[in-house]
Amino acid sequence: MSKRNLLLIVILLVAACVLPFVVSNYRTFQFTLVMVYATALLGLNILTGYNGQISLGHGAFYALGAYCAAILMDQAGAPYWLTVPAAGAVCLVAGFLFGLPALRLEGLYLALATFALGVAMPQLLKYDHLAKWTGGVQGIVIAKPEAPFGIPLNPDQWLYFFTLAVTLVMFVLAWNLLRGRVGRALVAIRDHHVAAEAMGIDNAIYKSAAFGVSAMYTGVAGALSAIAVQYVAPDSFNIFLSIVFLVGIVIGGLASISGALYGALFIQFVPNIADEISKAAPWAIFGIFLIGFVYVMPTGVAGAIRLLLAKRRKAT
Amino acid sequence: MKRGLISLGILAALTAAPVQAQKKYDPGASDREIKIGNTNPYSGPASAYGTIGKTINAYFKMVNDEQGGINGRKVSFISYDDGYSPPKTVEMARKLVEQDQVLFLFQTLGTPSNTAIHKYMNMRKVPQLHVATGATKWNDPKNFPWTMGWQPNYQDEAKIYAQHLLKEKPNAKIGVLYQNDDYGKDYLKGIKDGLGAKAKSMIVAEVSYEVADPTVDSQIVQLQQSGADVFFNITTPKFAAQAIRKAYDIGWKPMHFLNNVSTSVASVLTPAGLEKSVGLISTAYIKDPTDKQWQSDAAVEKWRAFMKKYYPDGSLTDNSNMYGYTVARTLHQVLQQCGDNLTRENVMRQAASMKGYAIDTLLPGITISTSSQDFAPIQSVQLMRFNGTSWERFGQVLSSQ
Repeated sequence: MSKRNLLLIVILLVAACVLPFVVSNYRTFQFTLVMVYATALLGLNILTGYNGQISLGHGAFYALGAYCAAILMDQAGAPYWLTVPAAGAVCLVAGFLFGLPALRLEGLYLALATFALGVAMPQLLKYDHLAKWTGGVQGIVIAKPEAPFGIPLNPDQWLYFFTLAVTLVMFVLAWNLLRGRVGRALVAIRDHHVAAEAMGIDNAIYKSAAFGVSAMYTGVAGALSAIAVQYVAPDSFNIFLSIVFLVGIVIGGLASISGALYGALFIQFVPNIADEISKAAPWAIFGIFLIGFVYVMPTGVAGAIRLLLAKRRKAT
Repeated sequence: MKRGLISLGILAALTAAPVQAQKKYDPGASDREIKIGNTNPYSGPASAYGTIGKTINAYFKMVNDEQGGINGRKVSFISYDDGYSPPKTVEMARKLVEQDQVLFLFQTLGTPSNTAIHKYMNMRKVPQLHVATGATKWNDPKNFPWTMGWQPNYQDEAKIYAQHLLKEKPNAKIGVLYQNDDYGKDYLKGIKDGLGAKAKSMIVAEVSYEVADPTVDSQIVQLQQSGADVFFNITTPKFAAQAIRKAYDIGWKPMHFLNNVSTSVASVLTPAGLEKSVGLISTAYIKDPTDKQWQSDAAVEKWRAFMKKYYPDGSLTDNSNMYGYTVARTLHQVLQQCGDNLTRENVMRQAASMKGYAIDTLLPGITISTSSQDFAPIQSVQLMRFNGTSWERFGQVLSSQ
């Protein structure tokens, strides 16, 4: 990592720490959601951006994580911070298991299989025999965590820092994972799986593992979102959520770690802007934004920034 | 003489003082403005209901333009799209309360969406007024003193059908078709509660469908084969039309109860076939603008004129627009009663002290009543039967209490 990059990250971190003290609680809550989405997008980007497997069903893992957290808190009385790794572990296993049979499916067929998962999830959550735990259609309301040890932060600020800490850990882990051997193997499989196989990369294991890790990230994000929103219900996790995730990683920049953050900012704020521009057709406005972004920055925001920096370096 | 003047002066001071001292405001209210927040599904799976938000917006535009607002204050109705997604509702509700600083939220739509903000609103002590859902839990002033419903709740309505059935046909065999969500299950519970101990023996078949299903044809066949002679049809408009048509086409002629959600002549019975809808039993509390008996009703005429002038894109055959207009008028009255005391507490107090307030777009005999222990504004409905052209109301105005 170059010195300049390091400096940039430190500045960003300082800014992130100061933020909740200068903006309102409502904005703090919004930025908490941005970090939640960023974690989810990072997970999907590992799968789709780095490994080339398209998933249209990541909302299902997000829901799984959220429900894990909510049920653990509601039924078992678990502390909220413990539910995050638990949700991650459950989703890791679920993602790996789903990844195994899905391996036989390539490209669009995999997209369809995951789409089925995403569509089925809300109905599974409504399933009568699970209603004892899931609360059925009514969902589960959970309490908001307070800052521990008498730290002088209000619940919104505390939640922000808690989410920031988890997000940081997840990003550092991803950075470690992706810049090394594993990352190169994932990209090799994406670019030419036969060649990758010839180089001794076990396609099956890597692809399933990528699915598992990706689901784990999304599950962690789901758990964080449940804690932040204080409520889970089947209607929160419809198929549209999965599509929005995909939009997020493409806009942010495929196969880019920082892209997850840009994508998260986009899916958090652009729908609100669109709604303010037009009540009659908010999604039409959203569509215009989308087309605009894709046209101006075909490699996502992260790609555009990289290009800009490269140009500047050439000029100097 | 002098003494007389002094006592007159004291009297005048006594009577004048309270009038002047009572201008009280919470965030969102001022001498010039009352800010009201709202969330509605303008996009997403329930976007058909978005028209309610638009009607309310149009209503307050009319109030501002024609009457100079309420008690001299303009009404700002701030409404955001939540796409029927609970996390989005939380975000938008927080935006309205914390950033836009509205006085209260009004008519937030959807059971899951309102559940998501239920705790938050009560913790912040900001009214969540006249929510647009028929779930039963909104009438709980003890635990949630800042939340109030408006329409008759699903369970009460279902109980009324059950009571009618027990009286008319105590040995009936009942088949139920319901939508597999909170709304359908709430109704189902109401039916069972209404039948009491006989529920187990009377209900011979319970069949559900998902909102995403293309048709309910197979469910109807299943119900017919169960031997049921009474049909509880707990479905939303599209499925209600299918169910009515299919039951008729396969020659199944049960005593047919249709829930109030789907009683629109234009959007349910006409597509199902008017001749196939004869004999349906339902309830109503609001005037259906497509029903012939209200064709030249003064209140409905007035509503039409309002729609044409302030919401010309809105459909004149959509019940939701009549609903939005009527609920907005309820709020109008609440704010009128608040006078110059526009605190959140007083808004709740006034909303909870409506004594038989009549609105002419409600059915004759149905009024709005609340108290500090009763947060269910409309509790009564009237049974009605379809005669092939319009709904005929029969019996008394009923309430399940």
